[in-house]
Amino acid sequence: MDWGAIFTLAVKELISPITATYVLCAIGLSVHFGYTGLLNFGQAAFAAIGGYGLAIAILTLHWPLIPAALFGLACSAVFAVVLGIPTLRLRADYLAIVTIAAAEIFRYFMTTIGFAKVTGGSNGLSQFGQEFWKMNPFPDLDYGFGPFTYRNDQIFVMMLGWTLVAICAILVWLLMRSPWGRVLRGIREDEDAVRSLGKNVFVYKLQALIFGGLFASLGGMLFVLNLSNVQPQSWGTTFTFMIWTVLLLGGAATVLGPIVGTLVFFFLMSITQGILSGLVSIGALPFLSDPQVGQIRFILIGLSLMLLVIFRPQGIFGNKREMQFNV
Amino acid sequence: MKNHQINRWRGLALAGTTLAMLFSVLFSALPSIAAPATPSPAPSPSYSNDALLIRGTITNEKLPVAGVKLHVTGNGFDGTATTDADGKWIIEVSKKGTYDVEIQLDSLPKGVGLRDPEKSVRQADLTIVNTAGILFPLGKDTRVVQSFGDQLVIRLWSGLNLGLLLAVAAIGISLIFGTTGLNNFAHGEMLTFGALMTWVFYANMNLPILLVAVLVLILGGAFGFSQDAFLWKPLRKKRVGLNQMMIVSIGFSIVVRYVLLIIFGGETKVVSGSFQSVQLGPIVTTMNSVVSMAVSLVTLAAVALFLTRTRIGKATRAVSDNSALAASTGIDVERIIRIVWIVAGTLTALAGLLYGLQFQANWLTGFQILLLLFASVTLGGLGTALGATVGAMIIGFVVELSVLVIPADLKYAASLIILVLVLLIRPQGVLGKKQRIG
Repeated sequence: MDWGAIFTLAVKELISPITATYVLCAIGLSVHFGYTGLLNFGQAAFAAIGGYGLAIAILTLHWPLIPAALFGLACSAVFAVVLGIPTLRLRADYLAIVTIAAAEIFRYFMTTIGFAKVTGGSNGLSQFGQEFWKMNPFPDLDYGFGPFTYRNDQIFVMMLGWTLVAICAILVWLLMRSPWGRVLRGIREDEDAVRSLGKNVFVYKLQALIFGGLFASLGGMLFVLNLSNVQPQSWGTTFTFMIWTVLLLGGAATVLGPIVGTLVFFFLMSITQGILSGLVSIGALPFLSDPQVGQIRFILIGLSLMLLVIFRPQGIFGNKREMQFNV
Repeated sequence: MKNHQINRWRGLALAGTTLAMLFSVLFSALPSIAAPATPSPAPSPSYSNDALLIRGTITNEKLPVAGVKLHVTGNGFDGTATTDADGKWIIEVSKKGTYDVEIQLDSLPKGVGLRDPEKSVRQADLTIVNTAGILFPLGKDTRVVQSFGDQLVIRLWSGLNLGLLLAVAAIGISLIFGTTGLNNFAHGEMLTFGALMTWVFYANMNLPILLVAVLVLILGGAFGFSQDAFLWKPLRKKRVGLNQMMIVSIGFSIVVRYVLLIIFGGETKVVSGSFQSVQLGPIVTTMNSVVSMAVSLVTLAAVALFLTRTRIGKATRAVSDNSALAASTGIDVERIIRIVWIVAGTLTALAGLLYGLQFQANWLTGFQILLLLFASVTLGGLGTALGATVGAMIIGFVVELSVLVIPADLKYAASLIILVLVLLIRPQGVLGKKQRIG
C-alpha cells in the first residue's frame, strides 16, 4: 500500500474548492442551527439556488457574472422568506420536515422536463463559466511543487474559495459578537425570555434563516463554477446530511467549528477510503469491491453523525453549555 | 393482575389470529400468479469491473423481445442500444451522472406497448453506483385516447392504491411519534427492508407468497424490535433530547441504506415479474394491486380495532396522550413502546412487501417515499394514528390526481407543496389537536 499517495490525496482533498464549498454551507448552517437553533434540513436547496440562480441568470437572462451572482443571492433570500413564513412560528421539528421537503420540491422542479429549457432538466446546465475563467489573474502556468502542482485555473478557484471562507468566517465572528448575534443566541436558549424583552423573535429567526442561506448560496456558486456545470442530483438530501455531520463534528456554535469540522472530516474520509481501497487491491478484503469502498464512505458519514450527536453534541471545539438541541 | 395479563394477551392473540386468517384468504389469490422469472443479467465479460453500465432486459409475456432500440442521453453522451436475442441490452457510458433512457416505441413489435405508456423515458442514476438496471415492462398496447372521466376514474383508483399503501407505512411513524416523540427518519429503510426481503424470499427462493409474507412480517417486527432495544431504548435511558434523537435517526437511516446498497447492489430488483391484469370498467390494473389494496384495507381496520378495542391498544393511546399520566396509572410505558416498535416494524415491512409486489424495489425505495410518509403524518396531525390514515389518503389522491394537470415528474412535488400549504393554514394537521404544535 502506498501510504505517501494516500496521504497526498487526503491533503489535496483538504485544499480543494469542493471542501471550501462544504465549509461555506456549514458556516451558513452554524448561523441557522448553532447560533439560532433552527433545524434547517434544506441547506442543499440554498446551495442549489445559488448555483442555479447564477447559471440561469447567465444563460437565460444573459447577465454578466457579478449581477448574476447577486441574482443568485437574491433568489436565496426570497426562498428563505417563503420557507420561513409558514414554519418559523412552529415547533423545531416541523421546520426540519418542511425544509427537507422544500429542498426536494426545488430539486424536482429543477429536474422536470417541463422547465428543461431554463434548467436543463436532469442533465443540468453548463457553459456558463467563460466570463469567470477570463477573470483569472494568474498567468497560464503550473504552480506548486511535486504532487501539489496545479494549473492556473485550479489555483484561481482555490484561492477564491478559501478567501470567501475567510471573509465569511470573520463576518460571522463579528456579527455574533454584536447585539444582533446576542439576540440570536438568546432565541436559541430561551425564546420566551427574548420575546418578553420586546424583541420580535420571528423577524430575528427569519433574518438568521436568510443570512445563513446566503453563505450556502455562495458555496453553491463556488461549487458550480469549479465544476463548470450544475446538476440537480448534486443537491439531494445526502448533501445536507453531510453538512450537518461536518458542522456537528467541528462544533455548531463556534466560528472555527465549521472549518475545522470539514477539514478533519474530509481528511479522515480520504485516508479511510485510501486504506480500504489499498486493502481491497491487495485482496485483504475479499467481500468488498472497489465501488463498494466508495459506498462505505456514506456508512461512515451516517455512523459519525449518530455517534457525534449521542456522545459529543458540542463537537471538537464547542462548549457543552452552548449546545442546546431542544430549544 | 395475572388475569388482566392473560386477557390482554388473549386480546392481542385474537387480533393476531384474525389478521393472519384474513391474510391467508387474501393472499391465496396470489399463488395463481406464476412464479416470477428472475432475470439476472450477468455482466458481459467485455466490460471492465469499474465500467459504468446501463442495462436491462425487455420481455413480453415472459418471452424476450429482440431488436428493441433504446436511446440513452445525458452528460454529453448520446447512444443507442438494441436488445439481443435474449431481450437483453447493455450500454457503456463514460461519466457518472443521471441518464435518460428512452425506449423507441416504433421499434416494438406490433400490438405491444408499454404497460405504463407515460413512462417511455426512464432515468438511470449512475451518480453513486456503477450499474443501473432499467426496466420497461411491456404489456398490451394501452395507447388509447381516454376520456377525461375515464382518466379521472383511473387516477382515483391509483390514488386509492397509493394512499392505502402509504397509510399502512405511515401508521408506524405516527405511533412511534405519539409514544416517544421521535420523528423517525429511518422509517423508510424499514419499508425498503420489507421489499428487499420479499425479493429474496419470493423472487429468489421462489417460496409460496403466504410463507413469504409470514417471514417478511416476522423479520420486519424483529427489525423494529431490535432498533428499539439496541438504539432507542438506551438513548431514552440516557435522556438524549428529541431533536438529537431525530438527527441520530437520520444517521441511522444513512447507515442502513448504504448497508443495503452494499448487500443488494444498486439495480432495481424484480420482486414480482409477471402480472395478471384485471379490468374494472375503464381501469386496467393487476391482480397484485387488487390484492394489495384489500390487504391494506384489512390491515388498517385491524389496527383501528387494535387501538380502540384491546387493552394494549388503549394503553398505547394513553401513552400517546400523556406518558407520565399513563405511567402513573400502572401502564408499563417501556413495554408499550416496545410493542409499538414491533407493530411499526411489522406494518412497514408489510407496506414494503405490497409496494415491492406492485412497483418493484431497490435500495432507495423507502427513502424516496419517506417524505410522502412524513407529509401524510403531518397532514393528518402528528401522533394520531387515524390522522395518519386520513393524511395518507389525501397524499395518495393528490399525487395521482395532480398528474391530470401537471407533468408526471412533478407529482411528488405537488404533494409536498400541499404539506407546506396545510402547515401554513392549519399547522396542527387535519385531525391534530392544537396543543401538539407547541
